[in-house]
Amino acid sequence: MSDTITKIKVATIWIDGCSGCHMSFLDIDERILDLAPHIDMVYGPLVDLKEIPEGLDLVIVEGAVANEADLHHVLELRKKSKFMIALGDCAVSGNVPSMRNPIGQEACFERAYFENADTGQQIPTNGVPALLKNAIPVHQAVKVDLFIQGCPPPADAIFFVLSELVAGRVPDPTKVTRFGA
Amino acid sequence: MSKVTRVVTLSINDQEVTGREDESILQVARQHDIDIPTLCFLEGLSGWGSCRICLIAVEGVPKLLPACMTYCAEGMKVQTENEQIKAYRKSILELLFSERNHICSVCVSNGACELQSLAQKCGVDHVSLPYRFPDYEVDSSHNLFRNDHNRCVLCTRCIRVCDEIEGAHVWDLADRGIDAKVISDLNAPWGDSETCTNCGKCVQVCPTGALVQKGTAVAEMHKRRAFLPYLNAMRGNHG
Repeated sequence: MSDTITKIKVATIWIDGCSGCHMSFLDIDERILDLAPHIDMVYGPLVDLKEIPEGLDLVIVEGAVANEADLHHVLELRKKSKFMIALGDCAVSGNVPSMRNPIGQEACFERAYFENADTGQQIPTNGVPALLKNAIPVHQAVKVDLFIQGCPPPADAIFFVLSELVAGRVPDPTKVTRFGA
Repeated sequence: MSKVTRVVTLSINDQEVTGREDESILQVARQHDIDIPTLCFLEGLSGWGSCRICLIAVEGVPKLLPACMTYCAEGMKVQTENEQIKAYRKSILELLFSERNHICSVCVSNGACELQSLAQKCGVDHVSLPYRFPDYEVDSSHNLFRNDHNRCVLCTRCIRVCDEIEGAHVWDLADRGIDAKVISDLNAPWGDSETCTNCGKCVQVCPTGALVQKGTAVAEMHKRRAFLPYLNAMRGNHG
């Protein structure tokens, strides 16, 4: 490690997922202090900034790309970043959000907003982004550089990958996690 | 017993080994602690050779061959792992994942699934092919077991164990190619099957969460296969 530490600019985003991957990231506990000197968290659910800043070194994406806002966000993040990680099975494979895909959008809307709604039966359109036909893994929308599997990926796996990255190495996450881990 | 089975010398990964000419490369490799990954193969059932995970390279043969169905020959030179084989194994696994809906995180076999562990072993960190998201049914008509076609890899272990060990031949493969599907009887719901003996052997040999015991929650389905070597030994079946 060099004496002069340059901090890398990191953004995280939570799209169609349950936030479990962000929780697992926080589960690295006090080891976050080892990462803190190397990382500048500039955007994401843990940071109060509304616009995605320019010049990102690393973007960590949790969740599948399931609606137009998700797609817009990953496209913009990809454009503004050097390296993108798909964190967790939703981002890597579609996982649970993709289970609606074989059923079809209409049947899902019918179940959610009519069959199971006692009052105000209607498909919401105001202030919510339109759903994409399928919930898809992030790499089918934009280029992804590294995949960390798991639902959620274990905190140890996240710490391992991030500490390798800040040390300038690109690790193989399949050594420490797997689909459904 | 008139035919004499010869013992031959061959090399696997540049290691000299001996095997009988009626033994597969897979058998001889495993006898020598050389690891070859498999999926459709299961010790105690007949070979099938459909999944192609156990592909090996044999010197002088232009294409890769399945180790489970390739037999020992004198002077054979076998490689069980190179860049091409690794890439093929990864592609096969990616095809399997993209073909149906394998959602590991909500599967009763999570943590005890051969497809899942093969993916990790072979370094499949994502599926580069587009997913098909097909609409497959889940057959819960049987009072003890469930057949989730979403998680089937068409290894045919269930078909073979039911035919060869249980002798009931409930299962078969219907249709071809991407439409191929495991069916019970003549495509009747499993619960209506007149041939099923409720033995559960098919459930125990299934490598994934396709055939499972009812009443299991996520990651609770652990398959028990001790019956297979036991029954084969008691019946005097070898090889």
